[in-house]
Amino acid sequence: MIRWISQHGHAFMRALGQLVSTPVTSLLSIIVFSIVLSLPAGIFILIENLREISGQATDTQQMTLVLDTAARQADIEQINTRLEALATIEGFQFISKEIALQELLQESGMAEVMRNLGENPLPDAFVINLGSMSASEIEQLQAMMQAWPNVAHVLVDTDWARKLDALLDVARLIVIMLASVFGTALIIVMFNTIRLQILTKRDEIELSKLIGATDSYICRPFLYFGAIQGLAGAALAWLLLYFAIIQLNEALTELARLCTTTFS
Amino acid sequence: MISFNNVSKFYPGGFEALKGITLAINPGELVLFSGHSGAGKSTLLKLIPAIERPTSGNVVVGQQNIGTLRRSAIPYLRRNIGMIFQGQKILYDRNVFANVMLPLQVTGFDTRTSAARVRAALDKVGLLHKEKADPITLSGGEKQRLCIARAVVHRPTILIADEPTANLDSNYARDIMAVFESFNQVGVTVLISTHDTMLLDITRHRIVELKQGKLIV
Repeated sequence: MIRWISQHGHAFMRALGQLVSTPVTSLLSIIVFSIVLSLPAGIFILIENLREISGQATDTQQMTLVLDTAARQADIEQINTRLEALATIEGFQFISKEIALQELLQESGMAEVMRNLGENPLPDAFVINLGSMSASEIEQLQAMMQAWPNVAHVLVDTDWARKLDALLDVARLIVIMLASVFGTALIIVMFNTIRLQILTKRDEIELSKLIGATDSYICRPFLYFGAIQGLAGAALAWLLLYFAIIQLNEALTELARLCTTTFS
Repeated sequence: MISFNNVSKFYPGGFEALKGITLAINPGELVLFSGHSGAGKSTLLKLIPAIERPTSGNVVVGQQNIGTLRRSAIPYLRRNIGMIFQGQKILYDRNVFANVMLPLQVTGFDTRTSAARVRAALDKVGLLHKEKADPITLSGGEKQRLCIARAVVHRPTILIADEPTANLDSNYARDIMAVFESFNQVGVTVLISTHDTMLLDITRHRIVELKQGKLIV
């Protein structure tokens, strides 16, 4: 066991010595590995974050039922009872045209415009909480409500999020393909580097075999050589991404502040 | 005990290096193989550490049949054999000490015992004062002695030397022969191939002569 550990330690040191003896070449290949690794990883992180945003949106799916401006109190109550009878929805909230107007007046500088209009142009509406529902269920519900009397529009607020979600699925697939292509390229580059190493160490390998070296003794330093370079490349890629994300976070926070959107 | 039983070796293309060799070498013997270049001396010696395999016939080293030896068993066979190669095969990217250390590294000796053994081997061939030297700075005779130290550092039971006195002047050749004899005296089986007539004249050991791949009795 001790002999086995010392043999591995020896092979590791030989591999490390080889890397240190050609610092420029080693550094260049480590940089190449880190770039190849960080590119797909970076895009992947971006996609996963966007997915989280769209996921938050789709988690709280909402539908807005907009009534005719002509709808009276009795009509509103009729829709209220219909909604209460629906078991599939999680809940709903009535927003009268007066409340909507108040919110509009508070939120933006529309007060002047509204005053000039004279009367309230806004319709009454129900905001319906759908919970977690599949796209087809939502579509069915939407078609049903559309047929109700005094209903002008049924708006699904999370349409964009689902479209984004589908788009992200495509992007994710592309990144996976990209990563496999890059990964293959990485293996080929590593293979070539090690092959060149073997060529320069030809005399030593030949002699070692003649004096009783096993195949694994001869292979070990080259495997360590590859492993060290790969790990160093990965560490550098991680570092690159780390700093890139810090920079991006600052920029995104600024953007989010301007858009009053919350990014996580 | 090394035995050859009706051993032949053909190379692709029809060249017959060895033809029907039958020979037995006892443990602790010192044997010189003579003959012109191309007579098959090197091929015969290369069969023992399984560098070459016989085309037909049996080569048995210890209890192992070289012809049927598994590839994975070859390194362990070679660890019992010390070899001095015709082309020397010195590594010039490291010093004398590291060159002699190599057989111990390969077998996984710990560093402390190894260092003591390397110094003992270098002392035996009279190169201890040059342990830190770059091998390129050594003379022809010193290089040959470095090769001997490397061949015996792991204390093999068989020592094989292929043309060890080639390119050395006769005084050096005598020295080197004396080194081999000292190993033989402590029980090592020593096999030397040579076409050096001076060496053959002064020796009192068994001489096996080869001519065109056959033994001359």
